[in-house]
Amino acid sequence: MAEKLLEVKNLRTEFKRDKTWVTAVNNVSFSINRGEILGLVGESGCGKSVTSLSVMRLLARNSKISNGEVILNGTDLLKEDKKGMRNIRGREVAMIFQEPMNSLNPCMKIEKQLTEAILLHNDFSKEQAHQRAFDVLKSVGIPEPEMTLKSYPHQLSGGMCQRVMIAMAMSCEPELLIADEPTTALDVTIQAQILELMEEIREKKNTGILMITHDLGVVAEMCSRVVVMYAGRIVEEAPVKELFAAPKHPYTQGLIASVPKLGSGVESLPSIPGSVPDLSVMPKGCKFAPRCKYATDICREKEPELEVVNGIHKCRCHHFKELGKEA
Amino acid sequence: MAQTNTNLDQNKFAAAEELPKAQSKVKEFTKKFMKRKTAVVSLIFILFIILMAIIAPFVVPYAPDQPDYTALLQGPSAAHIWGTDEFGQDVFSRLMVGSRLSLSCALIATVIGTAGGVVLGLIAGFYGGFVDSLIMRCCDVLFAFPDILLAIAVVAIIGPGMVNVMIAVAVFTVPSFARIIRSATISVKQSLYVEVARSLGCKNSRILFVHVFPGTIQSMIVNFTMRIGTAILAASSLSFLGFGANVTEPDWGAMLSLGRNYLNTAPHMVLFPGILIFLTVLAFNLLGDGLRDTLDPKMN
Repeated sequence: MAEKLLEVKNLRTEFKRDKTWVTAVNNVSFSINRGEILGLVGESGCGKSVTSLSVMRLLARNSKISNGEVILNGTDLLKEDKKGMRNIRGREVAMIFQEPMNSLNPCMKIEKQLTEAILLHNDFSKEQAHQRAFDVLKSVGIPEPEMTLKSYPHQLSGGMCQRVMIAMAMSCEPELLIADEPTTALDVTIQAQILELMEEIREKKNTGILMITHDLGVVAEMCSRVVVMYAGRIVEEAPVKELFAAPKHPYTQGLIASVPKLGSGVESLPSIPGSVPDLSVMPKGCKFAPRCKYATDICREKEPELEVVNGIHKCRCHHFKELGKEA
Repeated sequence: MAQTNTNLDQNKFAAAEELPKAQSKVKEFTKKFMKRKTAVVSLIFILFIILMAIIAPFVVPYAPDQPDYTALLQGPSAAHIWGTDEFGQDVFSRLMVGSRLSLSCALIATVIGTAGGVVLGLIAGFYGGFVDSLIMRCCDVLFAFPDILLAIAVVAIIGPGMVNVMIAVAVFTVPSFARIIRSATISVKQSLYVEVARSLGCKNSRILFVHVFPGTIQSMIVNFTMRIGTAILAASSLSFLGFGANVTEPDWGAMLSLGRNYLNTAPHMVLFPGILIFLTVLAFNLLGDGLRDTLDPKMN
């Protein structure tokens, strides 16, 4: 049994909107083992990023985590004070963001930004920090680290910026890396390179990675387990092969069906009708019921629980037993 | 042709190896700035005035306080190109030497005001909430007064004199800076790289000074340049009203004030200081405009 690195239990995050609190993430629980890549999938606005920001405790001021635990290496991050949290950020958990070109400070040379993170968490001299920055840039596959260190972000390409960002995130060798759609803004060849790099990091450093994405291709390639989120809830959790082979939740089925396949000859892509419900006007029963073609009366009345399908495969649907056979 | 192209590429490559494009950003800026003729002319004029402020006492034809009782209130002539005042002092010499007092007063006042405004603006924009409201409402109160009136009020409270004029001018520079820097701070604060810095464990104070502050420098430079013009005008006005420099000192405002008594008989005593103040303020404003247009990526 692999060692648990991060365990999120019953996380609930709320936002204040027009003086009322709306729930963006509700009752979310998952865990990541050391050296494991967990995929977090869902469409825009389903609470993926809010979940990751809750783990980092980087939420905006108009929000609060009202319930739950985020246990990293045995310590509950939600109980840490500001200073403790600063020490954890960067050193134990680091984050990579969606837009590499905007993730780097345009006014600072790469060297300064990289060494900043290194010096924050290590008792290094400037030379040592420079050396570490050099090494870490080299390890993310940047051909001329010395030259890159001396450049400004606008002189680098998107792929290079993302490599620098990964280098920055990895510079203090965190045990958990949260990647919030790390390849969305990059073109396909660069995407492949970046994903390969992350896989390499996982292998070498035994880092746990939380991969947030809406790209199922990335999930299939990288992750060992997948958590599917919809409207702030986990609707399905399964090992990656099982999820793609036998998706139980209608939403997951819809997601997988809507991925274009080469040579399938289908003229129009199947899609899920409707859109994510607004946070303040959530349907009463199953949150997916209004868009679900299998929905029955019970779906509209009562919200289903996250039930075990088999082993670690879980699904939040009243009808998964019947649907599973169909699919 | 092909030959030149390869040469160019090689040069580019060589430059990139030494210090990639860091230089070329300055070059690019200079190139864009040079296209704005009015700004360039303004800059040259300002540099000339600054040069005068430094070297005037050594190069002007007469000492600024040297009276010549044989030539009182004379109009422009070969001996005194901008005429003489009631004590027979050379107006040109006095103005050139006077640029020292007027410019330094305006500059010091603007620097102090900028420093105060920038710190307040950064704090207000970055921390938001109550601190923001408190600072901005105080600025609003100061905004409610016309600039000069505020400066007069300040001088009236702390008393006349050059130093107090500087303080007064600095005080009314603060709110406009605070407001501009606050809005710049708010926009920089929301950028992703600030979030990244936070995700790496940076402290608020560090994020503010290392990551946010540099992003506001651009608006600071532009506003600083423009405020110098305003400060010169304000300092001269205060001197003109008798709050600032002593009338015997060679200060532009004070000279204007002195000449007022002889407006009918010796208009040159008012004309030349007036024109000089006008041109200097105009030059600073045009330079500020030029800088803003050059620095603003949307304008290109």
